[in-house]
Amino acid sequence: MLTTIYSAENIITMNPARPFVTHVAVQDGRVLGAGSLEELSGFGDYTLDDRFKDKVLMPGLVEGHSHAVEGKWWRYVYCGYFDRMDPHGKIWSGLQTITEVVGRLKEIEQTLTDPTVPLTGWAIDPIYYEDKNITRHHLDEVSTDRPIAIMHASGHIMNVNTKALELADYLRTGIEHDGVPLGDDGLPTGELKGPDVMMPVGQYAGFDQNLFDFDEQGLVDFARLCVRTGVTTATDLAARLGDDVVETGIDVTAKSDFPARIIPLRFHHGVTPQELIDQVQRLAPMSTDRFRLGKIKVVADGSIQGFSARLRWPGYYNGAENGLWYIAPEQMREIYEKALAANIQVHTHTNGDEATDLALDILQDALRKHPHPDHRFTIQHGQMINAAQYRRMAKLGVCVNHFANHHFYWGDEHYRLTVGPERAERMNACRTALDNGVPLAIHSDAPVTPLGPLFTAWCAVNRITSSGRTQGEHEKISVAEALYAITIGAAYTLGMDDEIGSIEAGKHADFAVLEKDPTTCDPLTLKDIPVWGTVQGGRVFAAADA
Amino acid sequence: MPEHTTTSPLPVTVIGGYLGAGKTTLINHLLNNANGMRLAILVNDFGDLAIDAALIESQEGDVISLSGGCICCSYGNDLQAALMDTNKMPDPPDHVVIESSGVALPGAIGSALTLIRAMRLHGIVTLADVSTLQQHATDKYLADTIERQLRDADIIVLNKSDLVCASEIDAVTTWVTTINANARVVPTTYATIANMVVLDEQPQTSADEQSPLALNQQPQNAVRQNNDNHTQHFKTIKLAATQPVDSAKLATALASDKCGLLRAKGFVQNQSGNLHTIQVVGRRWAVTDAPTGVDCGLVCIGRDGQWQIEEIIAGFDGISIA
Repeated sequence: MLTTIYSAENIITMNPARPFVTHVAVQDGRVLGAGSLEELSGFGDYTLDDRFKDKVLMPGLVEGHSHAVEGKWWRYVYCGYFDRMDPHGKIWSGLQTITEVVGRLKEIEQTLTDPTVPLTGWAIDPIYYEDKNITRHHLDEVSTDRPIAIMHASGHIMNVNTKALELADYLRTGIEHDGVPLGDDGLPTGELKGPDVMMPVGQYAGFDQNLFDFDEQGLVDFARLCVRTGVTTATDLAARLGDDVVETGIDVTAKSDFPARIIPLRFHHGVTPQELIDQVQRLAPMSTDRFRLGKIKVVADGSIQGFSARLRWPGYYNGAENGLWYIAPEQMREIYEKALAANIQVHTHTNGDEATDLALDILQDALRKHPHPDHRFTIQHGQMINAAQYRRMAKLGVCVNHFANHHFYWGDEHYRLTVGPERAERMNACRTALDNGVPLAIHSDAPVTPLGPLFTAWCAVNRITSSGRTQGEHEKISVAEALYAITIGAAYTLGMDDEIGSIEAGKHADFAVLEKDPTTCDPLTLKDIPVWGTVQGGRVFAAADA
Repeated sequence: MPEHTTTSPLPVTVIGGYLGAGKTTLINHLLNNANGMRLAILVNDFGDLAIDAALIESQEGDVISLSGGCICCSYGNDLQAALMDTNKMPDPPDHVVIESSGVALPGAIGSALTLIRAMRLHGIVTLADVSTLQQHATDKYLADTIERQLRDADIIVLNKSDLVCASEIDAVTTWVTTINANARVVPTTYATIANMVVLDEQPQTSADEQSPLALNQQPQNAVRQNNDNHTQHFKTIKLAATQPVDSAKLATALASDKCGLLRAKGFVQNQSGNLHTIQVVGRRWAVTDAPTGVDCGLVCIGRDGQWQIEEIIAGFDGISIA
């Protein structure tokens, strides 16, 4: 068996017994050992590979809450406010005004030869614009002949032009729907809120019905982003997992040059709890090393910025009515009980603190019926969890995966509008979670915000909002804690901390290859550390080649 | 919620209510009594839907075809797509019934129907288990959802009324009225509401004009003792329309609290000489152009003793009890 020993400027192992080493030995895709060259040479013959001698190695980063569909969305025109890297490494500049958005769309429009083909964009976020209201008339400046649709960064809202409304038969009076604002003329303005109203129009403008399902090319492109951001294991956290999607996932990830491990979770919607359990149990044995099936995602409520999250009293800062349940408590109870009995792990999306209360109440009951010593049920987002809830979670053995990136992108909105200053300062309270012994991961929810665990770590360490304010000094965590959260922490929430998350004997040879050392850099520059690429299962992937 | 259109869109009834309220029982009841009407039933999932096996002709994926031309579709997480598919069917159904999920707001589904030109919201029927409603309504997680579901309703069905005593039904009815003062409230058992109350089926007048319409079929698996105290008798009244009338004004009056009827359908001529169809489902009304060749007149249905028509029609010349 061939052994390769890599040397590096520094290897951050995340193994506290020997946190920093200079060499790692790899055999058959796994770590033979981490230490000095002299120590590792004891394993026998080896090839010394010093290509990383100026680099810093970390355990391959683990993204515990992303959606592989980001790869697919990059086929649309990027219209976001911030600079963002595409799967091929191109940095698309952020667009700071509606005029700039229209400008980019016009540019792309002129390259299209077929006059009827739709023009599709994504990642626009009008909250940053002075004039927050984009209408169909803005997009009509780009074209009145071809349908145009732009998905918002949140994934919950879409803007379309007049042509798209016409094709969907929405350009008429008589529509009465909260998700379809009307202009003075009684006709839709072109803003469409919520999947119910987005999809009937979006399908004419380039968004297919299976908006959130990955496809072959999309999965390959998503994996390219993983390589560029140091990620070697990523979740696809709300998959429907139709048989065709599962087949695509297994086939694509099995290719020898596929650089990441994908963990899709089947989400609860559209099937009964029993069907959900049956499907997941049927799929679990089909798992491969790079495509792991057998986990469930439950969605309890909506989003805070969409005012559809379920909040405890006193509710929304601006007085908005409480949000919506996305699952009936009885159904959540049935899923939890059956999953515990069948040893299936469940991750539950909660945004509002009332939704977290519900999940904990139901889990507490379910655990009395079906005691489980190591269930690792995880709250995803849990953005408003308070200290008492963390104490309870610790007792119940519940993990949390916080949406650290939210601070940067929407922190100012939460402060000003949704939950107000006090609760905004303790959103995604990583410090309190750790202080109470709750296992912690942090995430991007890509494509909602960009994939990039080092940026996510920067968010949790600095808690800086997009306007430059530090929001919630008390809830900051240290760089070491943040690096733990994006490696072992995230691996733990997936029940994979025995396989990945640290560089030590026996684990998969998954490394993030960095140009700078995150443990010695200024914490304010964590997000700027260039990623050379990854090693996944002992295979080397340079970002430059991705 | 006035509506006047010139086409005859596909009518859609939304059935709302929390888990255990009897939505599925009602769906089965509607199917068993379709009587030639071709229903498309859209359910969130086939889970508890126990369709009589003898009715099933075939199943392809998310669609079950039933004898008599009815179909059942499970829409999973994409109701809007299922509605569009139903709309595009080569041989469209006569009426669409949507069973909303236990925590869905039926009013939101009703709003979404305005997005499809060829469909119209016929009515929203929210069911509640009268024996557990007030317990759910104080549940810290569910209270506001239950209230919003009741608020959205044109007709509220207090189901399983045989499980409680008459005074409790009265108490719940009073409470429900504080949530939604405009909806009609109907106690029932086994969710047995006549199809003509819920669907766009021409109401019929029976020989004695007073019959237990809601209880026209007791399910075979009925195990509870039917207590006759809870039998709801319905009264139908036929109205003649011998002169042109302001159709929207008449429809508004028939849908008013003061009138209190459950369901009305018929045809009138308006002052311009156009024939209109009037539809009333509880507090909701609609006026559309009538098919040619219909005779003027309306049939109204309400709970016996719970509605009155004389005062309502007194203000309309040419409208009289036939």
